[in-house]
Amino acid sequence: MQVTVKTFAQTREITGEDNFALNLSDNSTIEAVISQLKMRSDKWALALEGSVLTACNQELCDLQTVLSDGDELALFPPVTGG
Amino acid sequence: MFALVQVEDFDQGELYARLKQLADEKACGNTGAIVTFTGLVRDFNNAGDIDGIELEHYPGMTEKALMLLVEQASKRFSLNSAGALHRVGRIYNNEQIVWVGAAAPHRQAAFDAASYLMDMLKQSVPLWKKEFKGDKSEWVAAKASDDKAALKWMHKK
Repeated sequence: MQVTVKTFAQTREITGEDNFALNLSDNSTIEAVISQLKMRSDKWALALEGSVLTACNQELCDLQTVLSDGDELALFPPVTGG
Repeated sequence: MFALVQVEDFDQGELYARLKQLADEKACGNTGAIVTFTGLVRDFNNAGDIDGIELEHYPGMTEKALMLLVEQASKRFSLNSAGALHRVGRIYNNEQIVWVGAAAPHRQAAFDAASYLMDMLKQSVPLWKKEFKGDKSEWVAAKASDDKAALKWMHKK
């Protein structure tokens, strides 16, 4: 299956990738995707070593969330609006 | 209820009028209190003076998360109406960044709802601030005091 990965703020700046398609095994959890992305490059390992929030289809979700084909997964640092 | 995300500055009077009109449409004569809050850009941070901030957001999710928050506040505090607006993009010192408003039968609910909206917005709406001075800029780190402010609402009934 395939999902779209989006990044924002520091996660976007460090990785240099803000929007791309990623092939995954069926029923992958977000935790598994993060482990996979950490091996993508040193930049990804650095970007994901601290506190990272995740959203699936534009809703905040936890690491145990199981992804489906076509999902939009976003990775970003803690928010600082207001 | 309404939730807006925009680059342009906003007029507090227009937002107040919109909030009141929505409250009147829902329960005319029942609203005894309207509380609004406006956030501005300070001209300093922990390290010294700044020129302003650049706000990045997640188009699509930001609007949804802000609307969800307004709906949660409305339900939790039995509001007649609620609204929120957050600016994105480059915003200079002393400009307006954010506005929230709550209309309720009594003042305590309106004050609490406005406070809740701001505390929770800092936890759940995908917005990121970068402070800039000249051609240098730095991301703003999330604050532990903001976490505490949001946790307070999670423990209250």
